[in-house]
Amino acid sequence: MGARSIRMPDVGEGVAEAEIVEWSVKVGDLVREDQIVASVMTDKATVEIPTPVAGAVVALGGAVGDVLAVGAELIRIEAPGLPDSPPPPPPKGAAKAAAAQALAEPAPPPAPVAEKAHEAPPSAPSAAPLRLVSTAPQRGAPRPAGEKPIASPAVRLKARHAGVDLRFVHGTGPAGRITHDDLEAYIAKPPEAPATAPGRHPNLSAETIKVVGLRRRIAQNMAESSRRVAHFSYVEEVDVTALEDLRAALNVHATEVRPKLTMLPFLMLATVRAVADHPQVNAHYDDDNEVIERFGAVHLGIATQTPVGLMVPVVRHAEVLGLYEAAREMRRVSEAARQGVAAREDLSGSTITLTSLGALGGIASTPVVNRPEVAIVGVNKIVVRPVWRDGGFVPRKMMNLSSSFDHRVIDGHDAATFIQRVRALLEAPATLFIEGNSS
Amino acid sequence: MNELRCKVLIIGGGPGGYVAAIRAGELGLDTVLVEDGRFGGTCLHVGCIPSKAIIHAADAAHALADPLALNAIGLTLAAPALDFAKTIAWKDGIVSRLSTGVGALLKKAGVRSLRGRATIVDGKSAIAHADTGDQRIACEHLVIATGSEPLGLAALPFDGEDVLSSTEALALTKVPETLAVVGAGYIGMELGMAFAKLGAKVTIVEALPKILPLYDEELSQPVVRRCADLGIDTLLGARARGFANRTLKIFADGDEQAIPAEKALVAVGRRPRTIGFGLESLDLAMAGPFIRIDDRCATSMRNVWAVGDVTGEPMLAHRAMAQGEMVAEIIAGEKRAFDHRAIPAICFTDPEIVAVGLSPDAARAAHGETLVGLFPFRANGRAMTKQDDEGFVRITARADNHVVLGIHAVGGGVSELSSAFALALEMGARLEDVAGTIHAHPTESEAFHEAALKALGKPLHI
Repeated sequence: MGARSIRMPDVGEGVAEAEIVEWSVKVGDLVREDQIVASVMTDKATVEIPTPVAGAVVALGGAVGDVLAVGAELIRIEAPGLPDSPPPPPPKGAAKAAAAQALAEPAPPPAPVAEKAHEAPPSAPSAAPLRLVSTAPQRGAPRPAGEKPIASPAVRLKARHAGVDLRFVHGTGPAGRITHDDLEAYIAKPPEAPATAPGRHPNLSAETIKVVGLRRRIAQNMAESSRRVAHFSYVEEVDVTALEDLRAALNVHATEVRPKLTMLPFLMLATVRAVADHPQVNAHYDDDNEVIERFGAVHLGIATQTPVGLMVPVVRHAEVLGLYEAAREMRRVSEAARQGVAAREDLSGSTITLTSLGALGGIASTPVVNRPEVAIVGVNKIVVRPVWRDGGFVPRKMMNLSSSFDHRVIDGHDAATFIQRVRALLEAPATLFIEGNSS
Repeated sequence: MNELRCKVLIIGGGPGGYVAAIRAGELGLDTVLVEDGRFGGTCLHVGCIPSKAIIHAADAAHALADPLALNAIGLTLAAPALDFAKTIAWKDGIVSRLSTGVGALLKKAGVRSLRGRATIVDGKSAIAHADTGDQRIACEHLVIATGSEPLGLAALPFDGEDVLSSTEALALTKVPETLAVVGAGYIGMELGMAFAKLGAKVTIVEALPKILPLYDEELSQPVVRRCADLGIDTLLGARARGFANRTLKIFADGDEQAIPAEKALVAVGRRPRTIGFGLESLDLAMAGPFIRIDDRCATSMRNVWAVGDVTGEPMLAHRAMAQGEMVAEIIAGEKRAFDHRAIPAICFTDPEIVAVGLSPDAARAAHGETLVGLFPFRANGRAMTKQDDEGFVRITARADNHVVLGIHAVGGGVSELSSAFALALEMGARLEDVAGTIHAHPTESEAFHEAALKALGKPLHI
């Protein structure tokens, strides 16, 4: 009988630490060889960690949300017939304080999913026996009218005594038969009153959501950017009537190779053209070392809503892409981010970021600069507005650009001339496609 | 007139009333039961029990009178002689014993019983007209359990002498030479076949085109065949027109016909007893001729309850008992409702018929596609050894989830299978549950197992 330490593996090149985002086991569980015990998240990927030995879990190296250095003890397993593993070496690299955290024993209950809803205020720890999990009441529609639920007379009597209408109870037995367990689970945790209940009731529920994983990273990045960057925003309206006409004309002849275009690829092209004249906005500001790095390449970050939260996949070298290539590459990286299959290089290294909420774009927004970048360009929705022109109002398709800059290194004048250049390009879309065109 | 006060007053001491009284007493409720006859009601005195006694006697007599069957097992007997008066006395002994037993159970439960007719005054009081004088009773809860009585025909009024209801037929002291039975429902068929076995020449007259109209053709066919074997004449689509001079006049096939019959048994149904005891003063909501009740046996008046035949079909003693038990528990404060999945019905003809749940046709109409498995007793070893391999067990289930919807059987002694059938339905059994239960060999219950296997498409013995 020997205790075997499983260490945080080297989960990626240059990765020094990883965050525990899920425990699949708890102290006391028996595990098989190769069983997944935990999921850990590095900067860019979530990795499932299997155990190389079978045995009983005796200690966990941290709680969900803890950051462990590579090489730190992740889990300790009592494996019969194996010698004790040597004590873990000190974690390599300059791991954060959490890395060296002593083994939590007993480990706090693992949160089975990142978001766990509590019915009551979080003071009551849920100690529901495991078997109830399988028979948790489901909030489905009642059985069709006239169809009697399948349940033994004893279950029906118990339900009657408890005041439960069995038509609302999910049955886990064959053909949906309601068992005693099903009924007990329902009684222990009845569903919310149906919407048809008379009167309004104060809603006393509160939900505690542990901020882990991607959400925690977003929070940290946003707070850091807000704390360090001296944001200023600039909003300008753009007449996109001609651009929309061009887009509509192109989309009429959409094919599989040349699918329908959104506004964004045009903005990508306009940004590439404009930064050529305003290289100060296509840069990184390393404020720790007080160094600005300007780039020839334009790696466009595309702010993307994914099921787990905001991500910024990157279209690399946008300066070499044509309109359809830009559209295709943008779709590829944003789809990859949404489906959680984005490669590491697809998620890092952007030099300037575009953000668009599409139809939800509103009339103006104040985007947060994606540090260490110094500029972010936001797109608002297109609306038809009356515009005074040549002595009369004419209906024009208008769209606002809401952009933010790091005022520490970008002056207001530079930012304004950059956006005016983007505007001029978008208002005369033919100029987007004229090589060597420069103001 | 001094007033008797109680929590629960029950009018009628049949299966519904006396069970309600026993349970109410057991639950500590102050209970009074008023019954003008003896405890046990129609079921015990002029229904289930006496008819089963007569049927048993008839079967016994008939078995000894069937030389072919006896010879087959190597038995030869002189012709048996039947002393029917003694049969009736034996039957009365059983009835009396059971009725006394009910009285003892009531007493043990602490129920006060009053002998006499009751008249309802209002929803909280009634008067019992006892031999010793009228007794006014005030109650918090009134349970109406007055039952039902045989329905007569205008053309053929009961006279207690020659035109008989089932009540008088069960009290005959002599087997009539010829008997005309009007109505081929379960009562007419049970008694008609019994009297045929006892030696009467029986003619059955039914207005509808088939006997046992409540059962499907498949179930009633074995009974039709046995009737023919017993020499019973069955006249279908025939209407009784009158009875006089030992002759039943009927109208059939556009013709008046005369059936010679010493006695005529009219068994065309039963009607609820709702008249003559002040029920109308409550002005309860009715459902046709019956008192309307909800699933707790509550009537339209608060704290007035009704159980048994007076509340509607099926008019069966076991339904009344279940209702009575439930009402007592509800009055005692328990949460109950009549939510049974099936009420088994048995027809004690020869062979017997058991019906629990939906027939295949009704199941199809209610649930769409169905699976039906039928296993005949002629493939059942135990049935053969009993010289009675007529009939089958038939199981009907939903095709989509195999939940059993109905179980029917016809055959000798299948009435005892009814508990297994009813249990399967109440438990929400699927075909696999029945198929996965080991049924003892050799028994007729194996046919139940095999029917389920057959419905699943994997029979073993057929």
